[in-house]
Amino acid sequence: MSEYTLDARNSLCPMPVIKTQNKVNELEAGDILTVTCTDPGALNDIPAWCRINGHEVVETCEHGSEVIIRIRVGDA
Amino acid sequence: MSKPRKAVALISGGLDSLLAAKLMLEQGIHVEGINFYTGFCVEGHTHAIRKKDKAKPKRNNALWSAEQLGIKLHILDIIEEYKDVVINPKHGYGANMNPCLDCKIFMISKAKQWMEENGFDFIITGEVVGQRPMSQRKDLLPVVVRESGIDDLLLRPLCAKNLAPTLPEREGWVDREKLLDFSGRNRKPQMALAKQFGFDDYATPAGGCCFLTDESYSKKLVDLWQARNKKEYELDDIMLLKVGRHIRPAPHYKLIVSREDGENKFLNGYRKQFSTIEIKSHNGPLTLVDGELSDDDFKQAARIAARFSQGRDADSVNVLITPLDGEAYSLDIAPMPASEIKQEWYV
Ligand code: SF4
Repeated sequence: MSEYTLDARNSLCPMPVIKTQNKVNELEAGDILTVTCTDPGALNDIPAWCRINGHEVVETCEHGSEVIIRIRVGDA
Repeated sequence: MSKPRKAVALISGGLDSLLAAKLMLEQGIHVEGINFYTGFCVEGHTHAIRKKDKAKPKRNNALWSAEQLGIKLHILDIIEEYKDVVINPKHGYGANMNPCLDCKIFMISKAKQWMEENGFDFIITGEVVGQRPMSQRKDLLPVVVRESGIDDLLLRPLCAKNLAPTLPEREGWVDREKLLDFSGRNRKPQMALAKQFGFDDYATPAGGCCFLTDESYSKKLVDLWQARNKKEYELDDIMLLKVGRHIRPAPHYKLIVSREDGENKFLNGYRKQFSTIEIKSHNGPLTLVDGELSDDDFKQAARIAARFSQGRDADSVNVLITPLDGEAYSLDIAPMPASEIKQEWYV
């Protein structure tokens, strides 16, 4: 299991979702990916994308204008 | 038992693609969705920019559709490749700058490529013959099939019975009898079917699926090309066309004046790429300036920007002008009276 980060700041939905998807596709099941975004829409879209595609959102939080989402990659 | 056939569904986020995919799932087909992001899609971001929409929770309708269906969704970034479709559409534009036929051909050929790379058997779409002008005319369907190279692996479950059987039907992968014969613009059959499947709260976009069908957006795109003397764009260009008031007081420059707080924040992200005008003495919008301006141009631009501030009726408004490649300076100017702002400046 490894930890990864993804900077999706200053891009508007659905780009943060697309960037997350493309990164997750390179990772192994169990890996953790922390995505940082500035579009608040990502708070809905990334978890929805995870639910659909079998990944788990471990945590979401907001820091000022940034949204941080931690994902555990599923094995689907 | 033979393993289920796999269909890739083009999911737009609208009702038709949702229903088409559902019909396939009902027949035991393994379905996964793909959704294309061209940069012009109405989905997502612009709703997030303007504050007035904030009350409604934002959702991406393609993701929502996939979740309703319980299928995977792959969102494909086609921004770069799509430029050629918008800039050089072989079959021309529709009522506005929408190259619908070329767009359909392009998307089906991309879907075909995805299908082949991922071991899927055929493609489904929610198209209904005769539903939209240009892109869904019956005589144009063969053009899409021919030019995308998809041959008879493209199934349109909502209107399949009005069309010749495709390979998935002839091979018995899907039961043609259970497919539908919708046609024309009447939406009632779709709504009834949605009800039958228990889908409510589905998206009903008023326009098309993208900004290129929007008249005022299209005008701004044409204006951009004219001003640059070149048909080209970057993602930032086409995003900015969705935001703010666009005012071109002279051929060589354009102002993008934010209309409210959400747009202000959004435009703020572009400070490093544009000259800016900020209103200092009053509450007022952030204005981006596109073009190369003389001092006099900046003065005129500042007077226009001040017109949209709360100091619009004041004798003098203080502004901060930050040229893209120069030092910021402050200026006291008289806001331009509304009567001097020409209607034709509005793009
Ligand atoms: S409305 Fe836009 S996305 Fe839809 S077919 Fe036409 S050009 Fe393509």
